[in-house]
Amino acid sequence: MAGAKNHDYHILPPDIWPFAGAMSALTMAVGGVFWMHDMAGGTAIFWLGLLGVIVTFFSWFGKIIKEAHAGDHTPVVQLHQRYGMILFIASEVMFFVGWFWAFFDFSLFPSELAEVVAGQWPPKAIEAVMDPFDLPLLNTLILLCSGTTLTWAHHALIHGDRDGLKKGLWATILLGAVFSAIQAYEYAAAPFAFGTNTFGSSFYMATGFHGFHVIVGTIFLIVCLARVYKGHFTPRQHFGFEAAAWYWHFVDVVWLFLFVAIYVWGSWGAPVH
Amino acid sequence: MATIPANEGFDAHDHAHDHDHDHKPAFFARWFMSTNHKDIGTLYLIFAIFAGIIGGAVSGMMRAELAQPGIQYLGYFAQLLGTANPSFDEQLHLWNVLITAHGLIMVFFMVMPAIIGGFGNWFVPIMIGAPDMAFPRMNNVSFWLTFVGFMSLMISAFMPGGTGQGAGTGWTVYAPLSTSGSVGPAVDFAIFSLHLSGAGSILGAINFITTILNMRAPGMTLHKMPLFVWSVLVTAFLLLLALPVLAAAITMLLTDRNFGTTFFDPAGGGDPVLYQHLFWFFGHPEVYIMILPGFGIISQIISTFSKKPVFGYLGMAYAMVAIGVVGFIVWAHHMYTTGLDVNTKMYFTAATMVIAVPTGIKIFSWIATMWGGSLEFKSPMIWALGFIFLFTVGGVTGVVLANGGVDDNLHDTYYVVAHFHYVLSLGAVTSLFAGFFYWFPKMSGRMHSEFLSHLQFVVFFIGVNLIFFPMHFLGVQGMPRRYPDYAVAYTYWNEIASLGYVIMAGSMVIFFINIAYAFLAGKKAEANYWGEGATTLEWTLSSPPPFHQFETLPVIDDAAHAH
Repeated sequence: MAGAKNHDYHILPPDIWPFAGAMSALTMAVGGVFWMHDMAGGTAIFWLGLLGVIVTFFSWFGKIIKEAHAGDHTPVVQLHQRYGMILFIASEVMFFVGWFWAFFDFSLFPSELAEVVAGQWPPKAIEAVMDPFDLPLLNTLILLCSGTTLTWAHHALIHGDRDGLKKGLWATILLGAVFSAIQAYEYAAAPFAFGTNTFGSSFYMATGFHGFHVIVGTIFLIVCLARVYKGHFTPRQHFGFEAAAWYWHFVDVVWLFLFVAIYVWGSWGAPVH
Repeated sequence: MATIPANEGFDAHDHAHDHDHDHKPAFFARWFMSTNHKDIGTLYLIFAIFAGIIGGAVSGMMRAELAQPGIQYLGYFAQLLGTANPSFDEQLHLWNVLITAHGLIMVFFMVMPAIIGGFGNWFVPIMIGAPDMAFPRMNNVSFWLTFVGFMSLMISAFMPGGTGQGAGTGWTVYAPLSTSGSVGPAVDFAIFSLHLSGAGSILGAINFITTILNMRAPGMTLHKMPLFVWSVLVTAFLLLLALPVLAAAITMLLTDRNFGTTFFDPAGGGDPVLYQHLFWFFGHPEVYIMILPGFGIISQIISTFSKKPVFGYLGMAYAMVAIGVVGFIVWAHHMYTTGLDVNTKMYFTAATMVIAVPTGIKIFSWIATMWGGSLEFKSPMIWALGFIFLFTVGGVTGVVLANGGVDDNLHDTYYVVAHFHYVLSLGAVTSLFAGFFYWFPKMSGRMHSEFLSHLQFVVFFIGVNLIFFPMHFLGVQGMPRRYPDYAVAYTYWNEIASLGYVIMAGSMVIFFINIAYAFLAGKKAEANYWGEGATTLEWTLSSPPPFHQFETLPVIDDAAHAH
């Protein structure tokens, strides 16, 4: 710009992606509403908007990577990125607080009015629940294990061990994919339906949003793996990797709360499937 | 804080050279692809004024209808909005749409964009001596998400809702009116409107916190930061932690409406009161989100025109922190009539009253700042004095309403409407005008007319008090809010209130004449047009500031604080 910049902050040229991304988000919202109400063109508009959002993310993060290589990410800019990621995760925590709030309201004070609940938890209409110590426990171990493989990858990265980094990341991504696959199987085989009562609502929405975050985190890690193969990360500068790792650990911790609260405590004493 | 003497204690401040290479991008790139905090702030301000005109027009429709008992104008308004031969139910539904639109627009698309997006973007980086925000590109997506959120709300007005067009749920979007009570896509558009603008606000909050914590110029410690920056910092934390809970709540609405969940459906064991808890856990911090930056603006102005540092600077800063923290644990005072048990009501009554303490610290410290000061009644100061008076009225009725027992009678009456308009329309909006006249010449480079601004204040002050003060009487007499019709006994004060609206609308005409005057014939503004009382960093820059300020960071000299 002015060419007289005497500081380490990141001053950016104009960029179309914020505008394009917001318009895509609006398109997606319009399409989503039309779709939910079976109005003409809903699905097409929704997918178009989603495509726009995905293209925006891809291009935007692509630019960030280019800027990193151009040396724009000075130490203070990297510090900004750390703050930004931590604050973003803090907001995500509060999002899950909302879903846990609903779950504890329903489970601690089960409705006396609704016949399907009849003042008990799990509700009367729930004939069987998942055995928490079957696949959910396996999934807990898988996620915990993925946390350790990710730390392995991180240490390998710090010590310049590219082979260990690749192996650790591959293992983490595969464990994440296995987790998602097991969740999908659990949903398909679940002895209770989505919605229809407070159990089917809070269980599926809380674990579903967690599952969505696992998928996002897995994509984040896949991007990191691709960048490893391109040689993007150095032992000193690899914030993209660290952000992905923080996000993954956050998703992991949310699962632990889900497992303890919803799977174990929330289905205690109920017949298992 | 505001003790930094202008042009003292800074390293490099000669911006004469800036004209050479201060070239701005071309029109489209500058306004649609902006990564400049001042341009984005300008976009926010223009957007907020535009949304405020729409939201204000909606209040005009409501005051017209309420001027007399009976239903006079709703059918006409419904036809204007595209419903041919509206049935009586459709006319009544329009009333619900109007109150919903007014609330959502004024909260999410007028006050928040203006006070945080507009003034926050413009002056937080400058006041801490930073060249821009921490994430300039993300800054822009915050604005455009707010913009498309508004578009989504506008679309909802023309979609089928409950018994007519548009979302008629109230700004609180309570279930079951917003779920089984409003089939049709209008409410879904309103929900997505909140998702979109909420995402923008969360990203903006992340940006402000990162900027304030990491980009303060050398020597600008947290305890030297201008109080406006403190206020935005606290506000950003409230946004960051409260909005995601709203996002969860309205997502539950969405799935209840469209995918068969039963979060708020008693038939499936759900609980409409749960929605109220989730909403107000967001909603109460939200009201502080709207007022805290106003507190910050008022502190700057009172200090400037008293030619004194703010009395009790640290107390003022931490009073805002305290308001922010306590603001998270008082939400159920909005829900006293939902069947909370007595102990819960006692807790929320006590916790709510605690807020009067830090708020009192602020009011008294402003007064103490003026005490013994060399007062100058320039237009921002007049607006700031108006703020202190009007906000205090709203604060005092807030203490009345904090009492669970009293609120059993006053809940959902016009007393509540009077209360929150005194703190918002007469508090937050007055602080917006104060900030506007304080900084408008700095932003535009043109002086507004002091006479017109003073005149606007007088007309505005008379108008808004005529609108809202009688509502206390109506509320105590038992007039319920959110109805287009009322018993004949309430006619007198409603007539006065509607008359007040006309006067208030006249003050807005003066406002726009003043802006037009400034751009057409206003004097060029100097760097520091308020003189020696204005000591924060924006007054060291030209008016308007260079496209990129502080390319060499200012250094805040510790010695400057010795006196």
